[in-house]
Amino acid sequence: MNEFHSDFEIVAREDFSDVTFMLEVRHPMMARAAKPGQFVIVTSHPDGERIPLTIADFDAARGTITLVIQAVGKTTLEMKETCRVGTHLYGLAGPMGIPSHLGNSKKVICVGGGLGVAPVYPQARALKESGAYVIGVLGFRTKDLIFWDEKFRNICDELIVCTDDGSAGLHGFVTDGIRKALEVHDDIDEVVAIGPPMMMKACCDATREAGIKTMVSLNPIMVDGTGMCGGCRVKVGEIVKFACVDGPDFDGHQVDFDDLMVRLRRYKEEEAAATKRWSETCRMTQV
Amino acid sequence: MKKRTVRSIPQQRTPVRELDPVVRSRNFEEVNCGYDEQEALLESQRCLFCPEPKCIAGCPVNINIPAFIEKIGAKDYRGAYDVITGTNLLPAVCGRVCPQENQCEGVCVVGETLEPVAIGRLERFVGDLAIANGWVNRPYIEPTDFKVGVVGSGPAGMACAADMAKAGCEVTVFEAFHEAGGVLRYGIPDFRLPNSVVDAEIDKLRELGVKFEVNTLVGRLFTIEQMLDELGFSAVFIGTGAGYPALLGIPGDSLNGVLSANELLTRCNLMKARDFPNVDTPLPLGKHVVVVGAGNTAMDALRVTKRLGAESVACVYRRSKTECPARAEEVHHAEQEGIEFHWLTNPVEVIDDGSGSVAAIRCIRMELGEPDDSGRRRPVPVPGSEFEIETDQVVFAIGTNANPIIGQTSKLKLNKWGYLETDANLMTSIAGVFAGGDIVTGAATVIEAMGAGRRAARSMKRYLGLREAIEEPSSETIFGIDAREHNFVRVKAA
Ligand SMILES: Cc1cc2nc3c(=O)[nH]c(=O)nc-3n(C[C@H](O)[C@H](O)[C@H](O)COP(=O)(O)OP(=O)(O)OC[C@H]3O[C@@H](n4cnc5c(N)ncnc54)[C@H](O)[C@@H]3O)c2cc1C
Ligand SMILES: Cc1cc2nc3c(=O)[nH]c(=O)nc-3n(C[C@H](O)[C@H](O)[C@H](O)COP(=O)(O)OP(=O)(O)OC[C@H]3O[C@@H](n4cnc5c(N)ncnc54)[C@H](O)[C@@H]3O)c2cc1C
Ligand code: SF4
Ligand code: SF4
Ligand code: FES
Repeated sequence: MNEFHSDFEIVAREDFSDVTFMLEVRHPMMARAAKPGQFVIVTSHPDGERIPLTIADFDAARGTITLVIQAVGKTTLEMKETCRVGTHLYGLAGPMGIPSHLGNSKKVICVGGGLGVAPVYPQARALKESGAYVIGVLGFRTKDLIFWDEKFRNICDELIVCTDDGSAGLHGFVTDGIRKALEVHDDIDEVVAIGPPMMMKACCDATREAGIKTMVSLNPIMVDGTGMCGGCRVKVGEIVKFACVDGPDFDGHQVDFDDLMVRLRRYKEEEAAATKRWSETCRMTQV
Repeated sequence: MKKRTVRSIPQQRTPVRELDPVVRSRNFEEVNCGYDEQEALLESQRCLFCPEPKCIAGCPVNINIPAFIEKIGAKDYRGAYDVITGTNLLPAVCGRVCPQENQCEGVCVVGETLEPVAIGRLERFVGDLAIANGWVNRPYIEPTDFKVGVVGSGPAGMACAADMAKAGCEVTVFEAFHEAGGVLRYGIPDFRLPNSVVDAEIDKLRELGVKFEVNTLVGRLFTIEQMLDELGFSAVFIGTGAGYPALLGIPGDSLNGVLSANELLTRCNLMKARDFPNVDTPLPLGKHVVVVGAGNTAMDALRVTKRLGAESVACVYRRSKTECPARAEEVHHAEQEGIEFHWLTNPVEVIDDGSGSVAAIRCIRMELGEPDDSGRRRPVPVPGSEFEIETDQVVFAIGTNANPIIGQTSKLKLNKWGYLETDANLMTSIAGVFAGGDIVTGAATVIEAMGAGRRAARSMKRYLGLREAIEEPSSETIFGIDAREHNFVRVKAA
């Protein structure tokens, strides 16, 4: 094996819940190159789709990167079944995207909603390492879905965990967490929010009035991740940007979230068909 | 041999067999069946072996065209292959996709009175024979200690890699996608250039010792500067292509159902989405498709959507057919396959169906006015001529801009359009880093990209102090073999 090459072996896996799992994949060169805010494109098998996943953690010493995946459709459901320790991904390209700009903000709220908790982690850690005061706000639907709260506690000065149903932590959405933090701190320089588009939109609305800079990480549908197809285009302040090479981080107050949400529905029917077909054949082989 | 004249040669250009338009417009089989031996021999009779052949100058890599046609005529096909591969690495590809009417065939002397010699088809005949018989010209390679890195596996990168491998360097090609080939793989569809042809050409590079590292996004995984400083490369060639599709820039262009031809073609060709749901990548398919633009990319998008089963497929282009940049053969094939053309028509708005998808495209008729800077007559809108075409899918193929990744991640100097700046030797602003192909010139052609790759290799060899085996083409022969080729040995691959 040479220095560029990796066989993308999965060296560790942890399941956070029925739908969320973590994979640690070997790629020494990427582990050295990766920076917070970047993502990879994974192809799980030769006939597979190219799907973008955020680099949720990286460890140069171990030579691995970590992905946290939510099984939502054909590819991710299948990966949940097939990606075991010792197996290999077919393709893994990256790190892609412009690394998050870690400016000189002194006090920052890092918001992660649901699966967004994973991608916001490297940013929170890097901010902490750069000397900032970091307040973590993590949102989950319910207690059983909570993950990485310990990991965050180690790097945050304050941590607010919220659940939609109140089964743990603060009863409410991440926006309630943000408001709570803003009540105590009137000197927040920046908010970083990652999660479903709806949540990021709500976070931006929550900070707009106070004029607090809010960075979001956009997740449009992608194909190549190298700026070649234009499938990932998003509207930012009336200008069209390609999230894979111009982002994925953007100033949330400029982003047209409604446009993003419409475009995410583009392949809905095909995705549903693929998932249905997959779960049917899957069930058949299990019988 | 008796001297040939325009009067003595076969007057008709030998026709090539093609699949029936109705049948083929529903499958992805190759449209142009190519010449068989008899047809190739017949067509080879049409070359006049001009003493000062214009065709050679018309070819961007200056293939010695009469020499290879003469070998075909003598049934020395292997000899013909040797002549072609003296300058062109990919005859099976170029014979298929070169815009010959603007290049070699466009200046062929026979073309002044009759139809020009079918140079491209003859070249393809030889290229296909080589693939079928496993011919490789494996040079005597004297290893050097140099490691050369090539970024991008399109025709520019492949050509540079081949030349540097022949010069004895250890060459690694880095490709961001999970398969090599560049536009030949993800852009040009199978019915025009089968993937098996691309595979065969890439295998030949592997035979030369070239290594391919796919899934490698240079700039982000490691930078160009790191390649030189840390990773031990003595020289680097950048051939990352153009990419970054230009947008329509009209209201409604972000609606669902509006996509770039690059996205459509990548999904269909590279990701094999036409086999969905047997593969995982979905393909957006409209019933009534409109493609904006009339270059090769547009023609491919039109013909792909037709094959995927769209009921109607229409092309909208703001200039007239005479100005259209696609290869003449592609436009002709598209017309045969039942594609509608709206020449002198410009889109002004994509209309929403109320749920964020496309309902129609509003266009305006154009007429040709005064010539512009490029010498082409500038199209100007005809007031009050707006009309709508009902459609559920709009594909734009109106050109590309420079891909920003290398610029974002290195100190390389870019020109004002974001393409890499190079000097006459194709060296960039960093010593030892060369570039060529679409990332330098903007979107061009396969053979021009290959030509650039080879020119860059020549400069790279000089930069590394490597001796060029034989510099200038010559017509000398030793034992019937062209002198400049005496440094290779003929082998038959297993
Ligand atoms: C830059 C970026 C980073 C991402 N990081 C992660 C991550 O760390 N972990 C993770 O689990 N997912 C992440 N995603 C989303 C992930 O790519 C999609 O969930 C995945 O492509 C779905 O594939 P599928 O075949 O399993 O589901 P599909 O059947 O394709 O889709 C199922 C559902 O997911 C939605 N969906 C499809 N593509 C996307 C997308 N790109 N973004 C959001 N929703 C989508 C569809 O609208 C649909 O409702 C990221 C996306 C981007 C663009
Ligand atoms: C649909 C279509 C049809 C065409 N038809 C014709 C035709 O009929 N005849 C003709 O002569 N020309 C045609 N062309 C034009 C021709 O294909 C191009 O001019 C030619 O391929 C350019 O070659 P290139 O090597 O510069 O780049 P490309 O072929 O674009 O290859 C560049 C490669 O570099 C990779 N890459 C990019 N960035 C990076 C990075 N940072 N790290 C690693 N890899 C990277 C890309 O993934 C790609 O594989 C067509 C183009 C298209 C899009
Ligand atoms: S490479 Fe292209 S231009 Fe040159 S001779 Fe062949 S077909 Fe003609
Ligand atoms: S210009 Fe035409 S006729 Fe003359 S050598 Fe070339 S191909 Fe033959
Ligand atoms: S994913 Fe293709 S351009 Fe961004």
